[in-house]
Amino acid sequence: MFIVEMQSITKRFGDLIANDHVNFELQKGEVHALLGENGAGKTTLMRILYGLYHPDSGVIKVKEQPVVIHSPKDAIHLGIGMVTQHFALVPPLTVAENVVLGYQNSFVLDQNQIEESVTEAARRFGLEINPKAIVRHLSVGQRQRVEILKALYRNAEILILDEPTAVLIPQEVEALFETLNRLKQEGLSVIFISHKLHEVTQITDRVTVLRDGKVVGTVNTADVTQKELAAMMVGRETFGVTRSKATSETAAQKPMLELINLCANDDKNLPVLKNISLTVFEGEILGIAGVGGNGQKELAETICGVRQPTAGSIRVDGRDVTGKSPSELTQSGLGRIPEDRHEGMVVHLSVTDNLVLEHLDEFTRNGVLDHKAIRQYASELIQKFQIKAKPNDITRTLSGGNMQKVLLARVLARQPKVIIAPQPTRGLDIGATDYVRQQLLEQRQRGAAILLISEDLDEILALSDRIAVIYEGEIVGTLPAAEATPERLGLLMSGAVKEH
Amino acid sequence: MEAKRFPYQLVKTDTPPIWMRPLIPVLILLITFLITAGLILSTRANPFQAYYYFLISPLSSQVSFLEVLVKSTPLMLTGVAVTFAFATGYYNIGAEGQLYAGAIAAAWLGIVLAGVPAAIAIPLMIIGGFLAGMAWALIPALLKVRLAVDEVVTTLLMNSIMAYIVSAILNGPWRDPTSGWPQSPEIAENTMFFKLIPRSRLHFGFIVALVGIAVLWFILTQTSFGLKMRAVGLGKPAAQFAGINVGRTTLIAALISGGIAGIAGVSEVAGIQFHLIGDLSAGYGYTGVIIATLGSLNAIGVFVASLFFGLIDTGAQTVSRAMGVPVYLGEVTQAVMLLVALGMYLLQRYRIVRRA
Ligand SMILES: Nc1ncnc2c1ncn2[C@@H]1O[C@H](COP(=O)(O)OP(=O)(O)OP(=O)(O)O)[C@@H](O)[C@H]1O
Ligand SMILES: [Mg+2]
Repeated sequence: MFIVEMQSITKRFGDLIANDHVNFELQKGEVHALLGENGAGKTTLMRILYGLYHPDSGVIKVKEQPVVIHSPKDAIHLGIGMVTQHFALVPPLTVAENVVLGYQNSFVLDQNQIEESVTEAARRFGLEINPKAIVRHLSVGQRQRVEILKALYRNAEILILDEPTAVLIPQEVEALFETLNRLKQEGLSVIFISHKLHEVTQITDRVTVLRDGKVVGTVNTADVTQKELAAMMVGRETFGVTRSKATSETAAQKPMLELINLCANDDKNLPVLKNISLTVFEGEILGIAGVGGNGQKELAETICGVRQPTAGSIRVDGRDVTGKSPSELTQSGLGRIPEDRHEGMVVHLSVTDNLVLEHLDEFTRNGVLDHKAIRQYASELIQKFQIKAKPNDITRTLSGGNMQKVLLARVLARQPKVIIAPQPTRGLDIGATDYVRQQLLEQRQRGAAILLISEDLDEILALSDRIAVIYEGEIVGTLPAAEATPERLGLLMSGAVKEH
Repeated sequence: MEAKRFPYQLVKTDTPPIWMRPLIPVLILLITFLITAGLILSTRANPFQAYYYFLISPLSSQVSFLEVLVKSTPLMLTGVAVTFAFATGYYNIGAEGQLYAGAIAAAWLGIVLAGVPAAIAIPLMIIGGFLAGMAWALIPALLKVRLAVDEVVTTLLMNSIMAYIVSAILNGPWRDPTSGWPQSPEIAENTMFFKLIPRSRLHFGFIVALVGIAVLWFILTQTSFGLKMRAVGLGKPAAQFAGINVGRTTLIAALISGGIAGIAGVSEVAGIQFHLIGDLSAGYGYTGVIIATLGSLNAIGVFVASLFFGLIDTGAQTVSRAMGVPVYLGEVTQAVMLLVALGMYLLQRYRIVRRA
């Protein structure tokens, strides 16, 4: 039985056809992957199913009944739950409050009772989380967990997960998959969007591949290899970017980024970075590995001037830049890629505006914007970085991969001496991931010092010359890439050992 | 058992259709007409005739057309003032108080500058009003930027404080010695705004307002500061990340906003009343909020919206005069129209659909 049928769904945004007569069928009790490059139209299709967008044409059937889904409320009513790429949580509220928000019918909220029932649900679904925690204080990974819990708590029979694993660490992914498998036995149907092919082959029963808004095909997962899936997605077969191992040893050891006993507090004013000392040399990628929520976010923010250190200092190319403002940091040659795309760009402004926002002074004469120069600069970058967007498009409407390219373009076009890259490929498809990694390697070749912060061990291993491991706000070990094995890193990441 | 649901519901659309735009004013008028027709009938007047006086007749004679421009002058200025603040994400509800601050400065300068050539006196009045409005806007702006105190509350409170100050001045030191009315002495002739058209009430303030619109357009779309303002208004964390000084940008925008509202006060004192009086402003500062919102925070929108409000302001008076219906009828109609306009502004982003 098909629990969801989407027939010939078409959705246009202006000239762009995001979904072009898409047919999609979800069987009851299956995990069904939606696969496709950035901008293929996966999120759009799911937003339609969840009532966030309205199709221009096409029919949706849920449990074999034709339905019109006007809003998420209708969708929830039909037993559809969605965990979006960008979270819809209320940061000042607790986990428990967020989970029951809009679902609890009683007028008076009984805190204890809510917390109990949420704890209960968390245990049942295997999603460990403190129901009393304030969402604002949670890491991205933890927020994701709250979102999933929220949907499950609402008795969803059909669960849409839009890149749920992008922010999870391997163990969490395992736990999630166990949960999904268990829930599947109980009859839950899951639509699973991911760019990671090994996850798709591991967890899903069937795969539907989208390319440029059209369905390329639907296949049984058991019948295909990862290579074949990749080929369906993009029409080519070779992937994977790794650094050429030879260079680093001989490179001149000129320190470009120095962190000296850096300390910082988190949003609750508790110490989150403890005496971090690191040096990144010219032409080197230093990878920071670690399980999500161990201070990576705060580390990036502190170096980027968004968070003030409580002690210690930061040097760029020998100059002390501790406590400098973001614009002074940019001036001093620091290229800052923000971790959260939505917080790093003004998404309601155009692509052009965002591209020049960091360097407005250079496009201004006596306070007046030089629109001609700006337009030219933006079109050049759009072309050079292969951003699929028009200069005047509002950034919010871009797909995740293209947003990331805008950010990269903004930073890399300046040829910065030092690049801070926290989670630079999160949520990107294999093509875009390759692209970003390629760009970082090219920057390294050029002589830039790159601090790569990533929860993706494969990424760390593929790109880094040296690897430092962060655990509970401390660097618990630094090793050359040649000596780093996943096992050794795993031990460090778990906090079981320290190596100095 | 499930409660029976209303068969229709409102659904947010991705983008409001373009053809809606010109339709909206028409719909506003139509709905207002339907709501108020009963009221007009109850005074034994013909609603169609009343609406003719309300909307058409102000445009049919030169005198009343000029009056529309006179009425829209302060609205244009407060609309521009509020837009400066709102575009930066600073919700200045205090244009009313800032307007009076400018008016006090104008009433004072109008006396002090007696005998100074108009070419010097009038620019000084305008600068003085700007500085006074700015000064009055300073405290809430600083509280916001330094201590994150909500500006909606503080700017609103500052309006009440200003109302008391004005009343204290007019009943105390400035009570007109000759008439005994609570109004300041008349400003000197050389500080009065000259008339754009002889024997009409249209004065130099209208030009100032047009300049205000032009300045708004220029700053918002052509300058880096304008882009910074919009960036701060649309996404503070991202603006901060990109190296924009959010606090400074907010502070400057708030002060410009207050200053321009102050000029609205100068324009009313020097162009219309020639005294400071207690009801110098018919809520222009608050209407400015509506104009900025209806004008979608852009210069052309603010220009059109203030003309429209100038029109219904003029019409309200015409109706009562021409038809002998009570003045409050015009005021009620105007208030209803305001509410309908705001409602339409929100509703244009929704569409009505039948439930599944
Ligand atoms: N609200 C919108 N307005 C205009 N264009 C949009 C809007 N939402 C999506 N698009 C466009 O539709 C296309 C499909 O986007 P969608 O977000 O569905 O891609 P996706 O497959 O989810 O990609 P990703 O893997 O990067 O998340 C993109 O080109 C995107 O720019
Ligand atoms: Mg997507």
